[in-house]
Amino acid sequence: MAGRMRIRAKMSEEGVVDVKALMRHPMETGQRKDAEGNPIPAHFITEVVAMLGDRELVRAHWGASISQNPTLAFRFTGANEGDQIDFSYVDNKGEKGSGTVKIKAG
Amino acid sequence: MHKLLLSMVVLCLASLNVFADDSAYNALMNSMKAINGVGLDRIEQDEMQAACSNPQSMIADPEESERLRQSAMAAVKKPSDGVYLGDWKRGKEIAANGKGLQYSDDQNDPNGGNCYACHQLDPDEVAYGTLGPSLTNYGMRGQSQAVLDYTWSKLWNATAWVPCSHMPRFGHNGVLTEQQLKDIMALLLDPESPVNKH
Amino acid sequence: MKKLIATILVGSVLSVGVIADDWDDDNPAIFFSEDGADMWLEPQGPNEVSLEECDLGLGAGVVEGAYAQLPRYFEDTGKVMDLEARLVHCMVTLQGRDADEITAHPYSLSGETGTEIEALSTWIAEQSLDMPIQPPQDHDAEKAAYTLGEKLFYYRAGTHDFGCSTCHRQSNTRIRLQELANLTTADGAGAAYGSYPAYRVTQGVVRSMGWRMRDCARQQRLPEMQLGSEASVALQVYMAVNADGAPMTAPTMKR
Repeated sequence: MAGRMRIRAKMSEEGVVDVKALMRHPMETGQRKDAEGNPIPAHFITEVVAMLGDRELVRAHWGASISQNPTLAFRFTGANEGDQIDFSYVDNKGEKGSGTVKIKAG
Repeated sequence: MHKLLLSMVVLCLASLNVFADDSAYNALMNSMKAINGVGLDRIEQDEMQAACSNPQSMIADPEESERLRQSAMAAVKKPSDGVYLGDWKRGKEIAANGKGLQYSDDQNDPNGGNCYACHQLDPDEVAYGTLGPSLTNYGMRGQSQAVLDYTWSKLWNATAWVPCSHMPRFGHNGVLTEQQLKDIMALLLDPESPVNKH
Repeated sequence: MKKLIATILVGSVLSVGVIADDWDDDNPAIFFSEDGADMWLEPQGPNEVSLEECDLGLGAGVVEGAYAQLPRYFEDTGKVMDLEARLVHCMVTLQGRDADEITAHPYSLSGETGTEIEALSTWIAEQSLDMPIQPPQDHDAEKAAYTLGEKLFYYRAGTHDFGCSTCHRQSNTRIRLQELANLTTADGAGAAYGSYPAYRVTQGVVRSMGWRMRDCARQQRLPEMQLGSEASVALQVYMAVNADGAPMTAPTMKR
């Protein structure tokens, strides 16, 4: 289940791109216990990167306080409709996820 | 003549409560499984529960309603040592604790009263329910014997006052211990309790 | 746990039905819906067959609009069934799987991230999005289920003397800070019934109406309500009929 993303990128008339990425990830803090009382090991995203070609748009450092199935949203300018944004993340177990979106007018 | 009398009696009884048949009980018995200390006996109704299982939340026959109310009152067990008030600090924890008697609860832990589910108490606590009236400044009533008896019996069995009350019968049903009830009494009536210091 | 992982597909999406390309909210239910769409097509069980021929009330394989017209009477079982009961029926009769195995663990426990029933419920309900809630009340059994549901709604029991009515018979009340729907009215029943299945943020998974019936019973200090049971179905019929044609809004997001 980890690794899946749903992303959208909409550009306004003024050229501001509104990006939202929803990631499927348990974001387990490591503090919880399961139904039998055993601790559930920590499993959370540690870094998320969004790139527009060579340009790094966002590099986020995450920890246990980010919620399960988190959303990352941000805005930026200096792009064109049809440009591609590439997302990638890595978690504390070294597992990776990625996703791609093309900027749409909207 | 006997047949007529019999059918009249049956009609009378039937009209008292259209909801009084076994279908709900039977359906639940077929639909539930016992788990972690919560058995199917929880589905059995006592007199009050059966009589109150209707949309009006009322016992239609006023005499029957009064009989049940008085029987509830008569069964109220007052504090064994005559002391009504405990410690409001413990009462505060009991009021905030929503656990106890669910199959997800640890049977070794004490039950909570979950008062905040339905009532406002300490006004600094914003997460309160509105199913019951606000109890903020409840202690304004003072501590006369009448107030102590009323409050105790209300906690013990709210249906001793309001037939079909939806407030759990904390004493009658053994949800809270005598000491816990005393601590709740203190939370409500002690002038030092946060419920009353506003 | 291993079975769970085995049955949830990862990676490319063979989505059938509503694809939220214009998806406009942060609801992680979308992942569950995608999983459900995949599971519908996945051959499973000793018969190595998918659920594509499952009849949810509108004919074999017809998913669009089916949830909004459940629960309903099914000739082949002679019972009024909700979605979950029907899914189990199809898993058993089409796929040859074992009912007890499926119903032993239908809903995610703490720390789990989704079950088959949760994913299928999400996707199937989404195929009824915006449609009026209209469970049929033609067959005698359907009418009887409503009557039974109403009786169950007002049934007081357990250590706390709770009935569904304790919390849900009045308007404009709340438990702690959680607003309570008045399920006896069309507005309340419509909003409540139409909003399930829902992604519960505090639980990180989508919860179905069947789960809600179980969890209400738990909080009422009653024993474990079984998936697709007579009481669970009757209560759902009661709410769905009271909803009086209100639109399905699921999958929604709740706290």
